[in-house]
Amino acid sequence: MDLSMLWYLVPSVVMLACGIYGFVTRKNLIAILISLELMLNSADLNFVVFNRYLFPGSMDGMVFTLFAVAIAAAETSIAIAIIINIYRSLGNTDIQEINKMKF
Amino acid sequence: MDSVGNIIVYFVVAIAMVVFSFKAVTSGKILRSATYLLFVLLGTAVFYFQLGYQFLGAVQIAVYAGGIMVLFVFAILLTHKPNDTTGRLESHRKSLGVIVSVASGVLLLFAIFYMPLLHGASLTECLSAGNEITMSDIGEAFTGSDRFQYLLPFEAVSVLLLACIIGGVTVARKR
Repeated sequence: MDLSMLWYLVPSVVMLACGIYGFVTRKNLIAILISLELMLNSADLNFVVFNRYLFPGSMDGMVFTLFAVAIAAAETSIAIAIIINIYRSLGNTDIQEINKMKF
Repeated sequence: MDSVGNIIVYFVVAIAMVVFSFKAVTSGKILRSATYLLFVLLGTAVFYFQLGYQFLGAVQIAVYAGGIMVLFVFAILLTHKPNDTTGRLESHRKSLGVIVSVASGVLLLFAIFYMPLLHGASLTECLSAGNEITMSDIGEAFTGSDRFQYLLPFEAVSVLLLACIIGGVTVARKR
């Protein structure tokens, strides 16, 4: 039995589908951010798997994933700062209650 | 032909990742949801180690499991009062979510099952085809400006992180 490329792509697809489900259905902003991290993580895994199986001599997919991890960290910290600011202004983080652009 | 140990590790980690991904988006408590996300990220790190990218697996554990998860727990505890019974997560538009996620998942599975490069080499062959990536290879890739070297994006990411620190402090500070 061989571990071919497909074996690593299937968990990635499942992670992406779970992320989309959570992104559509969740009402809390932090839970939406958690779903977003799942989707980003599946894309990172795909970069690495394609690098290893299709171009094993180079390391470009790995470098792309390193940059993606750095940008994901930056994006998460800014998003959490905004969520904390929203919580201070409005008292909750429920997306159905946040319907004013100005406060 | 791959070794039995590799296949067993693959199955344990893949099943854990699938189960914890489901739990992370369906769990009713947000702190548990964040913990399930942590397990998914650690499973991804195990896949990186298995594919031969040790540095990337270490970065995944350090940045995601050590940095981003701490930020998540910090934010959850700042925005949820303890002993608050309304802290449970409700979901809405469940049917829309199921339709969109199942449709995209089936479409992607269809695409990857019909990919022409699918039944290629095994993991052992691919690992032996490429040279092992040493730290000096990674350092040269990040500090050169030739082809397949990434000095400019590396510097751009450092400026991005500086901007992100300043932006985070500016947005979240008390007025």
